[in-house]
Amino acid sequence: MRQAQETIIEAGRTERHYWRDLWRYHELFLFLTWRDILVRYKQTVLGVAWAILRPLFTILIFSVVFGRLANLPSDGVPYALFVAVAILPWQFFASAFSDASNSVIGNAGMISKVYFPRLIIPASSVMVALVDFALSATIVVGLMAWYGVLPGWRALTLPVFVLLILASAMGAGLWFAALNVRYRDFRYVVPFVAQLGLYISPVGFGSSLIPEKWRLLYSVNPMVGGIDGFRWALLDSSQPLYWPGVQMAFVTSSLLLVTGVAFFRRTEKSFADII
Amino acid sequence: MTIAIRVEGVSKRYVLQHQQRERYTTFRDSFASAARRLGKRAIGKATHDSVTEEEFWALRDMDFKIDQGERVGIIGRNGAGKSTLLKILSHITEPTEGRITITGKVASLLEVGTGFHPELTGRENIFLNGAILGMARAEIQRKFDEIVDFAGVERFLDTPVKRYSSGMYVRLAFAVGANLDPEILIVDEVLAVGDAEFQRKCMGKMEEVGSSGRTVLFVSHNLPTVLRLCPRTLLLEGGRLIGSGESSRIIQTYLAAKALGTADRHGLSDVRRIGGMGERFRFTGCSVLNAQGMATNRLLFGEPISIRLDTVANEDIDEVSVAVGFDNYAEVRVATVLSEESGVLYDYSAKQTREITTRPQHFVLKPGRYFVTLGARRQGQPLDQLSQALSFDVDSVPWQEVQPPSETSGIVQVFAEWVGTDG
Repeated sequence: MRQAQETIIEAGRTERHYWRDLWRYHELFLFLTWRDILVRYKQTVLGVAWAILRPLFTILIFSVVFGRLANLPSDGVPYALFVAVAILPWQFFASAFSDASNSVIGNAGMISKVYFPRLIIPASSVMVALVDFALSATIVVGLMAWYGVLPGWRALTLPVFVLLILASAMGAGLWFAALNVRYRDFRYVVPFVAQLGLYISPVGFGSSLIPEKWRLLYSVNPMVGGIDGFRWALLDSSQPLYWPGVQMAFVTSSLLLVTGVAFFRRTEKSFADII
Repeated sequence: MTIAIRVEGVSKRYVLQHQQRERYTTFRDSFASAARRLGKRAIGKATHDSVTEEEFWALRDMDFKIDQGERVGIIGRNGAGKSTLLKILSHITEPTEGRITITGKVASLLEVGTGFHPELTGRENIFLNGAILGMARAEIQRKFDEIVDFAGVERFLDTPVKRYSSGMYVRLAFAVGANLDPEILIVDEVLAVGDAEFQRKCMGKMEEVGSSGRTVLFVSHNLPTVLRLCPRTLLLEGGRLIGSGESSRIIQTYLAAKALGTADRHGLSDVRRIGGMGERFRFTGCSVLNAQGMATNRLLFGEPISIRLDTVANEDIDEVSVAVGFDNYAEVRVATVLSEESGVLYDYSAKQTREITTRPQHFVLKPGRYFVTLGARRQGQPLDQLSQALSFDVDSVPWQEVQPPSETSGIVQVFAEWVGTDG
């Protein structure tokens, strides 16, 4: 005989079992991720190839405009490769962040009709972006083979930087997802952030171009540490890794994630009322 | 007998913001109203705020208990708080006050096909929807055949549901929900889907669920269904629990309460409005007129109907469009007539009153009870609104020689021409 579970619903009661519930619903999380991946490429002629084509064209354009025409320095590695290892993490961040931000209002129907820990929705959006990222990583593999660049032991640190970017995207995404429910203005801010971030983060250029005294401040953007980390891990570049920047990135991304989760948790109970 | 659901002093408050067309706010609005408040405080005078906030209690001091294995119906008019109650019990939204203790695993079916994605196939949607409703994958796999069989969509399992007919879609959606296996099942009006054959199947399923010792909470407008399925019924009105007991008794109370407000000339001036409705323009009275132009609450079948409205404007206001809606006993909208659609708009000067009569043409209501809903607006902005302001009955006695049809012929009365060409 199974022990009957008792649930108490009360105003302002924080769920004691929230994290356990989150685990209980992990299958829903997987299903939502699976749905979004499935739906994204259904009815497209090229299907999953889009996950590769999009960053590929961006790399191409960056290489021509910034590499050839503007002749930006690339720390002694082929520019295409130099920019590729930055564009992939950037696009991962940008799509994870914007999908997570819009995920809650995009699933309004579910939110107002079914209970589950709402955190699942933005989390599964970030998962989808991670899968796309994994697919697009083949570009870097291809480019490295083409240029005959072999990754060293540092490549093993890559998961740490992926985690760093994931945490930043999730944290920022949670803030925006929750704010979006109440203030739809944030829907317009999201693409703006994603677009602007591409230029202020060291994607087309190396962060070594930033004057030393500004460098720590510049690193407040966690993507600076993330992208630098990617370059350091994969390329045998002449530039050493700027450690204070990476530390700063860990601080800001954890801060984003912790406050993001806290804010989301605090507001999620009213989602069904105002969405 | 153990208690499955115990509800103690539960209330739910919503804050309504008026003068806003959209349900969500934008940051600009909040910013603007904050600035305005600040400005006012600085000037030191209280003016009427253009963005007013009004509290609205969707539920008030709800207290009840439901024993394990009980099947309980919940009835009440639209806006009585039924859906809010279910949403709180389902954990979707939290109460403002009070406490609910639930013993056992709950599953709610507030809508069929939540999370269904049109691009996904039937098979994929079964798994997705099952997961959304809280089923584990193994559980869905176990019940998969039963679900498919119940819905009768074997041949289309690998077709995207966007290619399904609406009937198939709804059957599949309901089938997933119907095979939930909780200790407590909360169902909102989802049985009103599909064709008669399928509805019978659904009813059978619900009875099966109920007789297997599970607790069922069932909201419906369909009173016969409630009567058949649930021995006990709760009656909600204006967010309060006003009755609880044996279903037949409660349903009678409900019908009697609904029948109130059938005075032949119904005064509407003092009916409470929310959201600034009726401030600039107001319906002050309404009556149903029979073929002789006499106010009544009883019409014969096939008798031409007129609705007379008494109106008043509090300020100069032009281009007022008036609408009258007819809802049947199940609160399904049967028809709406809009003056605007007939190219009629009314201009008012301040304090002007006007009597407006509308005569819907070729409009034959089947025997039964109907509710009249009134609305007035100007350029799409609502001025006054009264849901189910009064009710009237259409008798089964014919006005002319045409006999009323059987109850099963649908909700609309249609007279058709028939042509047969001999071959």
